[in-house]
Amino acid sequence: MRISTAAVLLLTFGLPVAAANAQASGDEIAELKQMITEMRDDYERRISELEARLDLAEREARGARRDAGEAFELAEETAIQQTASSSSPNTFNPALGVVLDGGFADVGAGWEEVPGFQPAGEIGTGESGFSPGEVEINLKANVDTRYFGNVTFALAEEDGEIEVEFEEAWVQTTALPAGLTVMGGRFFSEAGYLNDFHFHADDFVDRPLPYQAFYGGRYTVDGIQARWVAPTSLLFELGTELNWGGSFPATGNAETSPGAWTLFTRIGGDVGDSNSWQLGLSHVSADALDREGGGHHGDEEAEEGGVFTGDSDLTVLDFVWKWAPLGNPAVNNFKLQGEYFTRSEKGTFADLPYDGDQEGWYLQGVWQFAPMWRVGLRHDMVDADNGPGLDGTELEDPGRSSRRSSAMLDWSPSEFSRLRLQYTDDRVLEESEGVWYLQYIMSIGAHGAHQF
Amino acid sequence: MIRVIAVLLALCLPVSASALNVFACEPEWAALVKEVAGGNVDITVATTAFQDPHMLQARPSLIAGARSADLLVCTGADLEIGWLPLLLRRSGNPEIQPGSPGHFLAADYVRRIEIPANVDRSQGDVHPQGNPHIHLHPRNIERVAAALAGRLAQLDPANADTYRANSEDFLRRWNDARDRWEERASSLTGMQLVSHHRSFSYLADWLDLDIVATLEPKPGIPASGAHLSRLLEQLTPAPPAGIIRAPFENEKPAHWLSDRLNIPMIEMAFTVGGTEDATDLFTLYEQTISALEEYHE
Repeated sequence: MRISTAAVLLLTFGLPVAAANAQASGDEIAELKQMITEMRDDYERRISELEARLDLAEREARGARRDAGEAFELAEETAIQQTASSSSPNTFNPALGVVLDGGFADVGAGWEEVPGFQPAGEIGTGESGFSPGEVEINLKANVDTRYFGNVTFALAEEDGEIEVEFEEAWVQTTALPAGLTVMGGRFFSEAGYLNDFHFHADDFVDRPLPYQAFYGGRYTVDGIQARWVAPTSLLFELGTELNWGGSFPATGNAETSPGAWTLFTRIGGDVGDSNSWQLGLSHVSADALDREGGGHHGDEEAEEGGVFTGDSDLTVLDFVWKWAPLGNPAVNNFKLQGEYFTRSEKGTFADLPYDGDQEGWYLQGVWQFAPMWRVGLRHDMVDADNGPGLDGTELEDPGRSSRRSSAMLDWSPSEFSRLRLQYTDDRVLEESEGVWYLQYIMSIGAHGAHQF
Repeated sequence: MIRVIAVLLALCLPVSASALNVFACEPEWAALVKEVAGGNVDITVATTAFQDPHMLQARPSLIAGARSADLLVCTGADLEIGWLPLLLRRSGNPEIQPGSPGHFLAADYVRRIEIPANVDRSQGDVHPQGNPHIHLHPRNIERVAAALAGRLAQLDPANADTYRANSEDFLRRWNDARDRWEERASSLTGMQLVSHHRSFSYLADWLDLDIVATLEPKPGIPASGAHLSRLLEQLTPAPPAGIIRAPFENEKPAHWLSDRLNIPMIEMAFTVGGTEDATDLFTLYEQTISALEEYHE
């Protein structure tokens, strides 16, 4: 409404005025044209000035961006170099790891020998009461571009005296071609799945009976090992070991020729994302000369116990299967493992003819039912068939097998600490015994290895 | 006996002979190798997106995989400290040992954050070299891609031009995508989140997200009831936008807290393969930003 009123007013009063001024318009139009031209020239000049300035600004901005980018790169490089070299003063120190492994035991009568077996080392239930147990000190690092070195000491108190056990000291090649690795020094044999694990990595407080009876806990080699990994998608590994050392079962023959040799082979792989498995077969052949029993006994007692001279042939079959949902063990996982040992010994024991067969096995399962919490069950047994004629010696046929059943519960609030409660129904001796353990395992220093 | 050996040999299928065998510790590096190397390589990946790369064991299949590798591509910065050194020693493969050209650690090429001033396990499973979960910052991918192209060219000079061209092409596409992501994600600035572990620190650094708490009381220490109760109390006055979780992280604590705070649990792909859509690095980043956008007010 308002617009139409304005239009009417303009038509009524504006048009006559315009008509009156029409004659004077010629000059004025020329003047206006002149003005417009001047204005246009002025604007064009200003626009081109602005364009030039914009162009300059853009170039400057590009330059600034480039400079900023370069400065950022430089800052980043510096930061990376600094973080890379931040630990330089002690970079060459070997990785140092210390494991504290001790606890409380209630073993009842306890035992130090398995009936029917020559004592192979410090085995058995241990003593009742609290014990700081074993302190393990491990040092390891690359030696140079060709070798890797590893040393482990174990400190323990025995009858009021501090004992330093020289557990491992070996060097291993890292630069041999074609899947070959050679190791030399003192090392844990590969004969048997559990053998090259440290005790503190076990799922139960004590080693299974076959390990105690046949190996004295574990078989340590002083010598060399060569192994070969095949170029296949399924793991296939072959290896051999020569042992010049005085360790059981080769004790007594450690001159120029090795007292024992080992052959081992292993295959393993995955089934889907959730399952992994490994199967191993190994053979230890020992040529024993006056082999004494190891362990708690002094030399005098060992002599009383008799010595073995002859051939000892041990075969170990082992398997392990691990399951975790989609291969992620964080919440739940399960591990089943078992090993079977069979040994044949022929020669003389305590100057009597001896031809014996011994066997043993264990089967165990460990289930992580919640983060940090695991339960495990194990059954282990050994049996000796040493024949007649050794009555009155250590190898007197016991006429029965030694067996145990164990259950454990452990809690690991981090990768570095573990508390474990274990109960064992122990039937190694005639009388069955209930054995309790409460164990702590604490690792300080270097991050431990996640061995399969 | 002969038959048994024949069966065993048949089971041990030989690894195929391609130009280069690459052993990647994590899916993100396998994806990056694929971008830079194209079809010239065979890739074995040690972990899936559903496995925590820190918790792995040197299992038989990995030893077999490392045995035949010409190039190992891992994160480094102690992420694989528990299993990689053992795996390398067991592999019998001199080509991929530390110090060899075939040993490539991505974290060596990026600026790491969260480097602890002092290192003690009372702080949890801390990494002296800083946070190793580096792959969710595009700048890091860019730097690692360039370094990887150089390393591939060094190991396989015959295809050096291909690697260079591939990486240039990848970086061009990557930087274009990065511009798009940054534009999209500008609205996410300051978004408050809870994470399970410090798995997303680089993402937060890039997009200016605010990770107000972690469900783990200390890195590598599983969430405890006491810690969760404390978090609930601390976060109730101003609940964050959500709880982000990688596929391998325990979902129970995240569920517990998200129920009580009434905030969403945001499933992140974390790495390639973590969700159905995250099939390469580009879609991984797309999914990551989309997941956050969905729950951003």
